[in-house]
Amino acid sequence: MSEIQHMRHGSSIGQPVTRRDGVLKVTGQARYAADNHPSGMLHAVLAVSRIARGRVAFLDIQSARAHPGVVEVMVTANRPALALHPDDKSVPFSFSMDLLQDDRVRYAGQPIAVVIAETLEAATEAAALLAPRYEAEPVEVTLDAAGAFVPESVGVGAPAEMWHGDVEAGLAAAAQRIEATYETPLQFHNAMEPHCVVAAWDGDALSLDLPTQGLALTQMRLAALLGIRMEDLHIRSPFLGGGFGSKLLTGPQVLGILAARLVGWPVKLVLTRAQMYGPVSHRSPTRQTLRLGAAQDGALVAIHHHVRTATSRFDEFLEPSAGVSQAVYAAPAIAITNEAVRLDTGTPGFMRAPGLASGSIALESAIDELADSCGMDPLDFRLKNYAEVEPVSGKPFSSKALRECYAEGAAHFGWAGRPLAPRRMRDADGLLVGWGVGTATFPAHMFQAEARAVLRRDGSGLMESGTHDMGQGAWTAFAQIAADSLGLGLDRLEFRAGHSDLPNAGIAGGSAHTASAGGAIHAAGGQAIARLAELALADPRSPLFGAGNVGVVARGGRLLRRDDENRGESYADILARAGLDMVEGRGSAAADAAATERYAMHAHGAVFAEVKVDPELGQIRATRLVGAFAAGRVINPRLVRSQYYGGMIWGLSFALHERAAMDPRTGRIMNTDLAEYHVPVNADVPSVEAILVEEQDPHVNALGIKGVGEIGITGTAGAIANAVWHATGVRIRHFPIAIEQTSRAA
Amino acid sequence: MNRFEYVRPRSVAEAVAAAAIPGSAYLAAGTNLLDLMKIGVARPERLIDLNHLPDLDIIEQLPDGTVRIGAQVRNADLAHDPDFRQRFPVVAEALLSGASAQLRNMATVGGNLLQRTRCAWFQDTASACNRRAPGSGCDARGGENRMHAVLGWSEHCIATHPSDFCVPLVALDAVVEIEGPAGRREIPLADFHLLPGDTPERESVLAPGDLVVALRLPAEAAGFAAHARYAKLRERTSYAFAVVSAAAALRIADGRITEARLALGGVAAKPWRARAAEAALAGATPDAAAFRRAAEAALAEARPSGDNGFKIELARRIAIRALTLAAAGTPDRLPALPASAFASSSTPRPRGLHV
Ligand SMILES: Cc1cc2nc3c(=O)[nH]c(=O)nc-3n(C[C@H](O)[C@H](O)[C@H](O)COP(=O)(O)OP(=O)(O)OC[C@H]3O[C@@H](n4cnc5c(N)ncnc54)[C@H](O)[C@@H]3O)c2cc1C
Ligand code: SF4
Repeated sequence: MSEIQHMRHGSSIGQPVTRRDGVLKVTGQARYAADNHPSGMLHAVLAVSRIARGRVAFLDIQSARAHPGVVEVMVTANRPALALHPDDKSVPFSFSMDLLQDDRVRYAGQPIAVVIAETLEAATEAAALLAPRYEAEPVEVTLDAAGAFVPESVGVGAPAEMWHGDVEAGLAAAAQRIEATYETPLQFHNAMEPHCVVAAWDGDALSLDLPTQGLALTQMRLAALLGIRMEDLHIRSPFLGGGFGSKLLTGPQVLGILAARLVGWPVKLVLTRAQMYGPVSHRSPTRQTLRLGAAQDGALVAIHHHVRTATSRFDEFLEPSAGVSQAVYAAPAIAITNEAVRLDTGTPGFMRAPGLASGSIALESAIDELADSCGMDPLDFRLKNYAEVEPVSGKPFSSKALRECYAEGAAHFGWAGRPLAPRRMRDADGLLVGWGVGTATFPAHMFQAEARAVLRRDGSGLMESGTHDMGQGAWTAFAQIAADSLGLGLDRLEFRAGHSDLPNAGIAGGSAHTASAGGAIHAAGGQAIARLAELALADPRSPLFGAGNVGVVARGGRLLRRDDENRGESYADILARAGLDMVEGRGSAAADAAATERYAMHAHGAVFAEVKVDPELGQIRATRLVGAFAAGRVINPRLVRSQYYGGMIWGLSFALHERAAMDPRTGRIMNTDLAEYHVPVNADVPSVEAILVEEQDPHVNALGIKGVGEIGITGTAGAIANAVWHATGVRIRHFPIAIEQTSRAA
Repeated sequence: MNRFEYVRPRSVAEAVAAAAIPGSAYLAAGTNLLDLMKIGVARPERLIDLNHLPDLDIIEQLPDGTVRIGAQVRNADLAHDPDFRQRFPVVAEALLSGASAQLRNMATVGGNLLQRTRCAWFQDTASACNRRAPGSGCDARGGENRMHAVLGWSEHCIATHPSDFCVPLVALDAVVEIEGPAGRREIPLADFHLLPGDTPERESVLAPGDLVVALRLPAEAAGFAAHARYAKLRERTSYAFAVVSAAAALRIADGRITEARLALGGVAAKPWRARAAEAALAGATPDAAAFRRAAEAALAEARPSGDNGFKIELARRIAIRALTLAAAGTPDRLPALPASAFASSSTPRPRGLHV
């Protein structure tokens, strides 16, 4: 078995195969959830609250109902019953939902009614006609809110407090010390595809077109909530227009499902862009204080990372920003502390690189500040404090090619010769030029996943696993793994994914989807091949008969003797002789507890940024980004590069652009569209390069894969902030960096 | 969006007659109006579609050298018109620094003049806004108002006019031709937009039914072509409204400025002509000291309307930048990033962006 597995690598894995669904996408044929229009389908539109706290005193349901084309208005009184309370959290990764359970308003943008009509336009206008009247109460929506508490945990069960070594003693004895506070902003999910659902009931059976990052989890949560049997719930989710952590499952889609139940017709619900700023989770603001100390030679002696962040009044998710400080730099004393406030906002949640994105920009800035006070080149300083083992746990890394990342990135970027002092470089037009570096890191997770493989009598293969394509290329990367696992060319493989009827592929999250579902696919293929091999090896008529001891190789639709590849036979022949239509294999994957116990598992990278700053106007442009990343085995370099580019651009967005403008008087977000909620445009990213640094990891999982989906943000945001300092000499600790801060540097 | 009647007039006269009925609004490309209808800020009962009117999309040169631009000329068509861009490069540069290529392909000259403020509270029907709902108050005051006015504002409204296009136009003495129920009239662009005073709901001199039919730039405005630039400070490299902007146009002879034009954007409820600065520049040598003096004069009356005091110094600096660029001479070709601080900085060629 292990021989076969080993030999199955090679033909597809590692190839820069273009997206198999690319043509569908560029020709508009890829059917996203909201592209479905079952016959008789009606349109649902949410009415959302404009106050952030209080109650809905009145809705003009009559006017809304009277509007031509309106079929029904769903409010608390007529909302179909649920089997569980919307605040129930018995299913993992569940958050409280706002499903019209009462008249309370807990945040601005909370759904308060649903209008169902024959057209989108009629439903939209009728929703406006509801003209709610509220009893508003004073709101608290900023980090300065009263009532800070020390949480029990942050993120998903990470300890809120951690002390390792004597931080105070370390700081007291340090030759150089810095203490600085960094602020990161409130950010909202802006995937191109807003949250949506098309729901069709048939008695108690429900079929959904619903973009989700976790088919099985969503199925479980919804079935429990709606009080129906899991097997009666069918979810199609072949393509997501981005998820980034927001599409595990949030409340608003459930309202579309309930609307369909109420009216007895299929219903489509699509959130508007503005409605994304409320009920679908967000990244909360943070205020992070870092205290670092270094010895005379630049060796870190202590790190204390303290975070103040926020959650909603009714549920808890705390951006785990400080976690990064226990994974990156070596120091004898490391402490992490957290505090939080409760705000009249929706509940924060997972947003690409939760905790790490926000924590990394603070840590990388602070490290840079300390390097500067030590008079050291920031890259040398990072190398000086290179963690040979995971700092707090002391575990060896399963693999860590970060040194190579620093070296390759620096060489490619041309880091050598960078002046130590800031404000020393100008371009031909007199623009200030600055260079910065940041370390990228992301833990390698594994989730439970399953797959089913079939080898058919016609020599073709089938792989089934309910994986999720958020745009990252799952249709392609998993097919590559599947093809190799079955010893077939991609053209002989049918790959089925994106449906809840298929084997549970876990979640597309935590940068672990390829490793987890890929591992299951790899195992399923292996089992199918093993079954086929059993048939051949035991059959005296097969040229492979008796090859059991030397083993066989599966390649190109044939099993071959390992010791003599001229002897072999096709899968089709083996099956035909055995009188079978197919053989089947099942596989699963999950974290290897023993390995996780022994090793620390992280992907790493080094990001180098060049920015130019107009010395009088303060306008900034990141003119060059070079990232070098080591994340284990690369299944498809083209797709992996795209993930790094996307992550790095997000990091740029984090440092320079993204920010929700919350009106603290009302709790309303004042920039709920892409004209005003800035993300980078093409002109903001003239040059992004990603280098794939070779790394072999025998421990992390069967395929040696670490995640690539989120790491690109980390490191990049800090590298840009550090480059802005190097260009201007002004250390800006409030993100995103704004013109009024940089123009003061003039 | 409310239900509305849709009217497609065949002539200007028909359009004006239709629009004179209360509750009507002209529809040009709709890149601003339709957005406002979707968020409930504009709720017209009747849309008068200008897109099928004859002759409104023509750029013509009159015998005296005046250029006349029909109200329905698309922003991109005007900016890329070879004659126009040669004679009025600063206008082309301002146009191309605005919005995105897709929007410019649609947006019209008339619509650009009459686009509404981007003030967030104006766009939020749950907020108090004197401009949208007279007498309701102004929630921008006391809010985050870094994009708001530092010149010509009143306690009733501190909004800015967001157009880039209008800034060089007002500097070059553009004239607006208006056809209304009372006949045809024309008015200098400088007098077209109104400062808020205590009637912020009145944004321009247009009366109900009034249609902008064309814009005119006088022949002499082309006399600045050799020294005319637009500079725009924004928070992204492209596709963002101006934090502050400036259009500068100079005539230089024998090392002296014989005539100067300067206007500012992003600072007031109208494109802001800086006549005091122009007077200060007349006869001066085009150098840093003169530009600084002019910028001081341009902003002499500025005061913050909230937490936007930083804009006053930035407005001075953008004025200096535009004047400096103008003095250096209009480039033969407009930069790939028009009006940008990074306009001349060479764009690195990405390696490895496409595998
Ligand atoms: C995302 C985004 C970014 C943008 N960025 C910029 C920018 O950076 N710089 C910039 O300058 N602009 C920017 N714009 C604004 C853009 O320039 C305007 O939306 C556009 O010029 C409006 O033209 P339109 O033809 O679409 O007008 P419409 O939306 O059709 O009309 C706008 C208003 O003008 C009235 N109107 C139109 N034509 C006439 C006429 N002939 N007579 C009388 N009234 C008339 C309409 O009734 C309406 O009230 C941006 C817009 C968007 C959506
Ligand atoms: S600044 Fe003007 S447009 Fe903005 S809210 Fe105040 S009155 Fe309205």
